[in-house]
Amino acid sequence: MTVKEIAQVLDAQWLCCEEEENRVIHTAFASDMMSDVLAYVQEDTLLLTGLVNDQSIRTAEMLDLPCVVYVRGKNPHKQTIDRATLLGMPALSTQYTMFEACGRLYAAGLSAVEIEELDGDVGL
Amino acid sequence: MIIKETYPVAADDMSVAGDVSASIKRQMKRLGIPNQIMRRVSVCTYEAEINLVIHSDGGEIDFAISEDEICVHVRDVGPGIPDLDKAMTEGFSTATSEVRNMGFGAGMGLPNMKRNADGFAITSEVGKGTDIVMTFNI
Repeated sequence: MTVKEIAQVLDAQWLCCEEEENRVIHTAFASDMMSDVLAYVQEDTLLLTGLVNDQSIRTAEMLDLPCVVYVRGKNPHKQTIDRATLLGMPALSTQYTMFEACGRLYAAGLSAVEIEELDGDVGL
Repeated sequence: MIIKETYPVAADDMSVAGDVSASIKRQMKRLGIPNQIMRRVSVCTYEAEINLVIHSDGGEIDFAISEDEICVHVRDVGPGIPDLDKAMTEGFSTATSEVRNMGFGAGMGLPNMKRNADGFAITSEVGKGTDIVMTFNI
């Protein structure tokens, strides 16, 4: 799906970088914990989150994620949007809850990321 | 050695947490480091930087690139980790609820660093500090 199609499916508002609407995305990951995003996500994955602080965009930057969607009608702080703008990273805001946003995107064809089985203890 | 730089990281200031990792990532991009390697190094430096901000009394990150290897050396001035085995266990975290509200403290940091690096060595002494060396083959 393109970011444009994602925005349509989520009735989302563009926060920045609408010129990047043709980016193509195949997988999505939803979490408010950036620790988990860093542990499980591969690049080219859409991030859905309710975390509106700077770390949402910084995490996406580190992973080269193509787009971030803020759920539950949340709007990130101005400096967070400024950071996304600077990075050329499209950001959207949707009124839908995390559950509904994920459900709609899944039904529209986005897949989950495949995660490695973690054994809980990587040892020293 | 193509590049060797030291970046100080101050304790407690979440508003700038990630600045060092972003600088390091820009360096790698400029030098044309392959995306897959760049991503792994970025995840590790970012996790390390967050750890320095939320857990340490301040520290430094050394970033070095040689012909065949990237080395990230993270060290702080305390307080040290009392039980390293526990700290390396996924899900174990001593982070405050404030840190969790910032999206961190899931107990994934150190294990995730180890998983993403080709070489990972950690030592820690309570009252002195923690030292982590991560290497990545180019």
